[in-house]
Amino acid sequence: MKRIEWAIAIAAAFLTPAAAQAQATAGVPQAAAQTQNQMKSDVTGAGGAAQAATTPAATPTAAPAKAAPIPGTPGHMLPNPHIGQPDGSDGIQPQVTAVGREAEHFHNYWLMPVITFITILVLVLLAISMIRFRRGANPTPSRTSHNTFIEVVWTVVPVLILVAIAIPSIRLMRVQYSFPKPDLTVKVIGNQWYWTYQYPDNGGFEVISNYLKEKSDPNRQPSERFRTDADGPPLLAVDNRMVIPAGKVVKFLVTSNDVIHSFSMPAFWTKIDANPGQINETWVKVDKPGVYFGQCDQLCGAGHAFMPIVIEVDTPQQFAQWVASQGGTMPGATPAAAPAGATPVPTPAVATAPAVTPPTSSADQSVKHQ
Amino acid sequence: MSTTAADALHLEAPHEGHSADHHADHKPGFFTRWFMSTNHKDIGTLYIIFAIIAGIIGGSLSGVMRAELMYPGIQVINQAWPLGSGTATFSEWTHHWNVLVTAHGLIMIFFMVMPAMMGGFGNWFVPLMIGAPDMAFPRMNNISFWLLVPAFLLLLGSTMVPGGSGLGAGTGWTIYAPLSTSGSPGPAVDMVIFAMHLAGASSILGAINFITTIFNMRAPGMTLHKMPLFVWSVLVTAFLLLLALPVLAGAITMLLTDRNFQTAFFDPSNGGDVLLYQHLFWFFGHPEVYIMILPGFGIVSQVVSTFSRKPVFGYLGMAYAMVAIGVVGFVVWAHHMFVTGMSLDTKMYFTAATMVIAVPTGVKIFSWIATMWGGSITFETPMLFAIGFIFLFTIGGVTGVVLANGGIDTYMHDTYYVIAHFHYVLSLGAVFALFAGFYYWFGKMSGRMYNEILGKIHFFLMFIGVNIIFFPQHFLGLDGMPRRIPDYTPAFAYWNWWSSVGFIVTAAGMLVFFVNLIYSLLAGPKAPANYWGEGATTLEWTLPSPPPFHQFETLPRID
Repeated sequence: MKRIEWAIAIAAAFLTPAAAQAQATAGVPQAAAQTQNQMKSDVTGAGGAAQAATTPAATPTAAPAKAAPIPGTPGHMLPNPHIGQPDGSDGIQPQVTAVGREAEHFHNYWLMPVITFITILVLVLLAISMIRFRRGANPTPSRTSHNTFIEVVWTVVPVLILVAIAIPSIRLMRVQYSFPKPDLTVKVIGNQWYWTYQYPDNGGFEVISNYLKEKSDPNRQPSERFRTDADGPPLLAVDNRMVIPAGKVVKFLVTSNDVIHSFSMPAFWTKIDANPGQINETWVKVDKPGVYFGQCDQLCGAGHAFMPIVIEVDTPQQFAQWVASQGGTMPGATPAAAPAGATPVPTPAVATAPAVTPPTSSADQSVKHQ
Repeated sequence: MSTTAADALHLEAPHEGHSADHHADHKPGFFTRWFMSTNHKDIGTLYIIFAIIAGIIGGSLSGVMRAELMYPGIQVINQAWPLGSGTATFSEWTHHWNVLVTAHGLIMIFFMVMPAMMGGFGNWFVPLMIGAPDMAFPRMNNISFWLLVPAFLLLLGSTMVPGGSGLGAGTGWTIYAPLSTSGSPGPAVDMVIFAMHLAGASSILGAINFITTIFNMRAPGMTLHKMPLFVWSVLVTAFLLLLALPVLAGAITMLLTDRNFQTAFFDPSNGGDVLLYQHLFWFFGHPEVYIMILPGFGIVSQVVSTFSRKPVFGYLGMAYAMVAIGVVGFVVWAHHMFVTGMSLDTKMYFTAATMVIAVPTGVKIFSWIATMWGGSITFETPMLFAIGFIFLFTIGGVTGVVLANGGIDTYMHDTYYVIAHFHYVLSLGAVFALFAGFYYWFGKMSGRMYNEILGKIHFFLMFIGVNIIFFPQHFLGLDGMPRRIPDYTPAFAYWNWWSSVGFIVTAAGMLVFFVNLIYSLLAGPKAPANYWGEGATTLEWTLPSPPPFHQFETLPRID
């Protein structure tokens, strides 16, 4: 009885697109307007306006969710719409790890040419046989049904192609599983339907990361912080991000509190399931500061689409600042002496960070707010 | 032994006299014929009707999903509540989405493709092609079909009972624990499990029947190496069913006891292991994808050979390529689990083993082209679908090679790239093969010819439509869009819009198909015995269309 919805849903399938488009177009200017007014409305809405004026480093262990975020400070860096998030293009997201670049290169410059060639070969052979051997052109069919030589060829040549694919493929997996000595460990825990990140190396504080609803979302509590463009794109932005330092090897220990989730970050070429009762391990070394967006990739119930993953990669100094703002400590050192690691990292003033590529507008903006 | 022979003779005698009197088919009354059937052709027809109904339901579900995904935001699943959107909470809407995803997958796999391929065409044409009077176990054949009906009702009924955040089972077709155990309170998942049990039992019984029939009931002279490739494909598929489905039955029984009897096979807090379920499931699940596609390979071989007016090129290679695919298909399952945290060596093995399957698959693709090469090809609707199959299956196959790389799969896993890949091999592969078979044998099964113009319109609309649906999904996957989400960030909107437009084109094609179906059944011209001419050489073309109620009472002899 209640399942008349099938019928209604089918009817709705044909009725709604027009209505939805009207909604969508109406919603866009509204959302843009919100963004423009963000700073003002946010300050007035968040209550703790006075605190917002101070730097987050000076903000002690106060619950981060209450403090009004200041875009451009560690933990709230501005995302770059072309790096670290989907941009509607038809290719792989720009990769910011060495593993990711190797994999992307393997995919774009070896796998894609091979499979494109095979597909075009099949298409051309089909087209030739359809044209040359149509009944009008070839009324008498041949009776050939065997040719051992050609059958051997089309068995052996694919084997060789596959070997040529397998060798770089296995090398890629070796790199992924090389597990260099980590500079930082972050424990990632999936929950229905949010992520928590624990920093055992930094005093064991925990970041609870919930997705940010739109301002117009009827399910949003009036006091609940809503998404702005400074947080990131709709459905991908979170209130509290995971922050990791650039140029450092970061180990993720991934597990779950309830059902299986999947910790995925396309720009890092990273994806690992969060299984309850098990701890999975993966690692990244991100060379480019920025804000990177991913989503839970394993069906985990009603909120599956609403538990995004945001990783902010900051310079080690900014990272130390952020750790302090979370009430954590840097291992064996004061925050000022944070870059104790062997890797030499330029100061943020240089603005190029350890990136191989030139600085992006994101990096520029982050620096501007220092 | 001698007694048995005497009995057979004894039974044969009055029967001969009886049929001489009437010399026409004598069919039982309507209820006996269709509800208590022991006739392989009638049971095949029942299976095909069942598959068409399930296909309409499963296809409508994808229509709802494409409508929801056409634009960012939630605009369809919130209106699907009969009492108005205000009566349901947000999580009920999104749970409803998961129910759609789950039901679409399960219906299309277990209640559309499998019944149509094995139950429908397998039942209809395996006995005809090997020159047998019927299946080996006619009553078991009947129960195979009638187990499927309650299974389907259980699955549909599960959407009306609580299953966690809302009504219905929202676990995905894979029913992963612990989402399907502690994550889904309520009877919905139990009903889905029972549905799978019944559908699995139905398929196992069917598989036993096919194996027995093919091994024991071939006409004199029909050696294994003379069997049509469609029969070969059904034989290999039957073995896959027989070996794979009991594993599924075991896995879902463990789910059932975990859910209801406090066992903890998949509960890590009591010594269980969530990955155990995945290994068991995919040990079934990967052969399952070959179960869906192998009979399609067989159909395409028959169709390509018929319309090229040539015997199949490399017959033995084609037959043993299917055997190889079936065997290797059992040792590659964990490529579905590349991101579950498996060890490097495991991942390397499953990468290599998976790529091996591309070799026999390539042999099949090239042999089909070689069959066409030198032929005298005409392009009736079945041939169009077969050629469409070869090309689209190739695309799905090469993206499969991409996904087979464990390191590359890290990025693609559970994104729309995977959706695009498996719809290219199933929705565009298996379904195209089904349509090729349906048009090819429609006249044989119904006694009336389909309309060629409508058939071609159907093909072209569908070919264009499904490509618009699924090709952009590669782009969405590469851009990072996860599977099974009802709402997405606006960056994904463009290609999702195209994908939904493709659905409308495909739906228009399906409409043409149904018009053609009804028109041809009612008013199509009468079909002669062999309406495809010299290229159609298998035994079913020696019989009238439709074949008599009982055929081959005198066994044909094959040289």
